[in-house]
Amino acid sequence: MSMILGMLPSVLMIVAPILITAIGGMICEKSGVVNIALEGLMAIGACTAAAAHVLMEGSGMPHNLSLFLALVMGLLVGALFSVVHAVAAINLNADQTISGTGINLLANGVTIFASQILFNADRTKEFRMGMQTDGLGVYPTAYIALAVVLLSWFVLYKIPFGMHLRACGEHPGAAESVGINVKKMRYIAVISSGLLAGLAGGCVVLTQTIQYTSNTINGRGFIALAAVSFGRWRPLGVTGAALLFGTAQAFAIIANNIPALRVLPTEVFNILPYVVTLAALVLFSGKNYAPSAAGKPYEKGAS
Amino acid sequence: MNKRAQKLLQSDGSVSVLVVLLGFLVGTILVALVGKNPLNMYKALLQSFSGYNIDNGRMNVRYIGETLNYSVPFILCGLSMGFAKRVGLFNIGGEGQYIMGMTVAQAVALLGPQIQSLHWMLAILSAIVIGALWGGVVGVLKAKYEVSEVVSTIMLNYVALYLSRIICLQLPGATTYKTANFPQTALIGNTFFQKITNNSLLNNGIFMMIIAVVVYWFIMEKTSLGYGMRATGFNKDAARASGIPVVKSISISMAISGAFAGLAGGIVALGSFKYGRVISGMDGYGFDGIAVALVGNCTALGTTLAGLLFGMLKNAQALMQGKQIPKEITFIIQGLIVIFIALRSALKLYQEYLDKKQLQKEVGVK
Repeated sequence: MSMILGMLPSVLMIVAPILITAIGGMICEKSGVVNIALEGLMAIGACTAAAAHVLMEGSGMPHNLSLFLALVMGLLVGALFSVVHAVAAINLNADQTISGTGINLLANGVTIFASQILFNADRTKEFRMGMQTDGLGVYPTAYIALAVVLLSWFVLYKIPFGMHLRACGEHPGAAESVGINVKKMRYIAVISSGLLAGLAGGCVVLTQTIQYTSNTINGRGFIALAAVSFGRWRPLGVTGAALLFGTAQAFAIIANNIPALRVLPTEVFNILPYVVTLAALVLFSGKNYAPSAAGKPYEKGAS
Repeated sequence: MNKRAQKLLQSDGSVSVLVVLLGFLVGTILVALVGKNPLNMYKALLQSFSGYNIDNGRMNVRYIGETLNYSVPFILCGLSMGFAKRVGLFNIGGEGQYIMGMTVAQAVALLGPQIQSLHWMLAILSAIVIGALWGGVVGVLKAKYEVSEVVSTIMLNYVALYLSRIICLQLPGATTYKTANFPQTALIGNTFFQKITNNSLLNNGIFMMIIAVVVYWFIMEKTSLGYGMRATGFNKDAARASGIPVVKSISISMAISGAFAGLAGGIVALGSFKYGRVISGMDGYGFDGIAVALVGNCTALGTTLAGLLFGMLKNAQALMQGKQIPKEITFIIQGLIVIFIALRSALKLYQEYLDKKQLQKEVGVK
């Protein structure tokens, strides 16, 4: 039992960014836009935060201020790139899967390209010190994630704005007819998901590693996407899914220290989130929990 | 806009060319913006494409061989994506199907019977079959359980990655990153190609790729199966109403789609490597195949041309790095191309706007 409690901080460290991204993805799909670019947006946020932190740290800025600004920059650049997806999906009625894939591919290039230009290497320079844990051994990212979950739940379910946003994802035509600006709502949602994915990328890089490489994000954005489906598009469900998946990921890393688990290949834990999601999607098929207009372009005036 | 320009924008082929040019244009501007010489990028591309080094005037045909060899998996993964797209499905799972093909080909190469010519055929065939199964599952999930193929293929990509590690780590002579060498009978190298292309890795896989392109064209354009699939892609309900078995159509087309990607995995495993790889990341051919198919408008010819372009870009990477151009510019160009393809829906909106204007003029509304 004490061992499990001892694992808790590292589980939280791994869960936090996945959860933050997943909440963003959930908000986005709630408004009717599917965002498979989460992976790429996380990479962009992570690279920005890592590079900004190295440069600011080197210039003698106080450590905490540097960390804070690095996170903010990651968040802003993530949001900036999500605007591309927003324009394509909302204004131009583009295929959302294609534009998402494009951003994912672009992120692979842009992040390492920027590192090559800034640091003359295929990765960012190592920073001296990332985030520090508090007295309980927990990184601040866990509290950020908690705040994001509570805020998203409050905004989506407790104030009219959230209801309007969800209406855009269920029946945009009806929403428009009662005076809701569907395009504006969807813009807010897509950019929020970019913001959160960028923030989460920064959280990954500043807690789990010392630099950004092409392997830093390594599928976390896709796990977040899985968590949205598995969590049935509800804040509580998504939180549960992210906890489950994050724990599985943590086990993949720490299973080596637990004799009983060493008999299994660590890859088994890596596979778990994906298999569980697939199984859940099959089991829950028929009962459709997804926002009914998710992924469909909305054309004003068309029935 | 005059009539001719309008006509041009309505043709898929010319829009693709335009999109590629735009991608290169933005890439070039980016290279110039960071203070590098874009000319070096094009020198690298020329050398990768033709083998001609413009700086010292030397010719090395090996580059042509390598470009062709790189094109093979791009084209096959493009066909994989294109086949599914024709039925209205978005196969992001090319990567997973490719990985499974690679894994099984490696396993058969190391464990299968070492009989001349039979051995590699068996390995390649197994790669095709596992690719088809890996893709077919997605089709069944989609058709029977209405699981979005976008989500399920992404999940299966990662399942494939880690499953591949589990399997390959059990193969003979496995270390953390490679297995024992393949026996000679499993390899698909071609000594004639090696001789004429100055020892490039170009191998018999290119023949298999050509056969695959022909098969793709034949199924799509000449068989009732392809007709049913395209009909399903255009309008599912209409297809169902006219007696086309939609569920079967979706499952089979995902299986065939997966088979192409599986074949790509098999060819790369046995053609470009002498040992099995224990991969820790994805090769990316499956993802790039999405771009290849989109640029090629999912036609056999277009996909082949787009695949050659991507092969050339990949082969140019090392050359660019040697000329102080970060090789990631090729990824940026590829990503931009896909984004521009997504944005091409704007052309349709513009066309509708023009039509509306025209109509208003005709009926005299101001």
